Amino acid sequence: MKNKYDVLVIGGGPAGAVAAKTAARSGLSTCLVEKRPAIGVPVRCAEGIGREALTEFIDPHPRFISAEMKGAAIVAPDGFVMKLASSMAGNKVGFILDRKVFDRELVWKAAEAGADIFVKTRATGPVMDGSKVAGAHLESCGEKKIVKADVVIAADGVESKFSKWCGVDTTVPMREIMTSAQYVLTDIDIDPYATVFYLGNEVAPEGYLWVFPKGERTANVGIGISGRKSGNGHRAKNYLDTFIKKTFPSGKTIEFIVGGVSVCEPLPSTVDNGLIIAGDAARVVDPLTGGGIYNGMFTGRLAAEVAAGCISTGDCSKNALMAYDAGWRASKMGKGIARNYQIKEFLIRQPDEKLNDIIHSVAKVDLKEFSTLSLIKEITKANPKLLLELGALAASLR
Amino acid sequence: MLTIHREICGYCGCCVSVCPQGALELIDAYLTVDETCTDCGICAKVCPLGALEARNEK
Repeated sequence: MKNKYDVLVIGGGPAGAVAAKTAARSGLSTCLVEKRPAIGVPVRCAEGIGREALTEFIDPHPRFISAEMKGAAIVAPDGFVMKLASSMAGNKVGFILDRKVFDRELVWKAAEAGADIFVKTRATGPVMDGSKVAGAHLESCGEKKIVKADVVIAADGVESKFSKWCGVDTTVPMREIMTSAQYVLTDIDIDPYATVFYLGNEVAPEGYLWVFPKGERTANVGIGISGRKSGNGHRAKNYLDTFIKKTFPSGKTIEFIVGGVSVCEPLPSTVDNGLIIAGDAARVVDPLTGGGIYNGMFTGRLAAEVAAGCISTGDCSKNALMAYDAGWRASKMGKGIARNYQIKEFLIRQPDEKLNDIIHSVAKVDLKEFSTLSLIKEITKANPKLLLELGALAASLR
Repeated sequence: MLTIHREICGYCGCCVSVCPQGALELIDAYLTVDETCTDCGICAKVCPLGALEARNEK
């Protein structure tokens, strides 16, 4: 480990790995640190990603893909099933990843590009140069080190501590943390080619429950509920256990994980002097789906691109790095987050009867583009009254 | 002060993200709480497993 790099990346998830790869490829000396002793574990993810979203960053390979999806289904609170399919792209709409392998693959690519990688190495605080973040205090396998950098990219996930230490408030509001639990269940009867989403206040208050296939008879079966709906006796795990007892009573659990997914608005500013915040740490998870892999990779890549530009001009001030913040907000991803946040806020206010009505209105949808936006458009087409209720938001759906 | 039941904790970091004081930290598989904790109970409420106990759980 050197004492000084152009770019120091905190966190070895998809955002950090793509940031490190991009930075190293553009010729910057780059260091990535991961606090855990192994990249990719423990998994804290339902592992779903759309085909186009994945292929923008990496060619699909069986090594890190558990299953290929051809469709999806949404189950209304009353049990009615809305089926989603796509006649485009040969019916192949998305993947369930094997994050243990996928995350390693991305970090390998960063290493190949020339980045230094250190595991079991955590940041304990920023090195400050006046008001500029100028590096980080690290603890590597118990040994304390100081590493300086022109730009630090904080990609430290849902905990998002590094930015907090730098004075950026990254606290997620209680009602906007999806407190989550997931089993890998095997020996269960499922459609191995479709993801299934269960909605309703009895099943998953202000969230949803998912079954994401990982093989013929295996799936990630998980749940996220709003933090404000959680408490003793009615936590994410309690809701999940109730569902599994009813739906997959003979399923066998081969893995159990928990996690938190932020569904709040992104941080008001995702840069500071010498600092760029990317991925979950920047709160750029899609607030409607809870998906964060693509958004992490997208912001990670942009963070490194902007860092490279600023380092070459010698100006890594907040003002200069603001190109990153403005860039992702203006992107399709950024606009999608803003729109989906409003849709999420609308949906969580709806009683089960209303959700039933909405889902009953469309029994089978053939989507040209397999995205939440296309789905919402189809739903509003079948429920013209919804457009009125969505108010100002409706304009963005036309 | 917060009580952490390590035998229940799944070291997922959900609690860390909601702590308004920044008092919690997840060091690999080990959750720590420092003296800035006000026992507000937000973390205890959102924990997916019920591994945290605060005097003022919401």
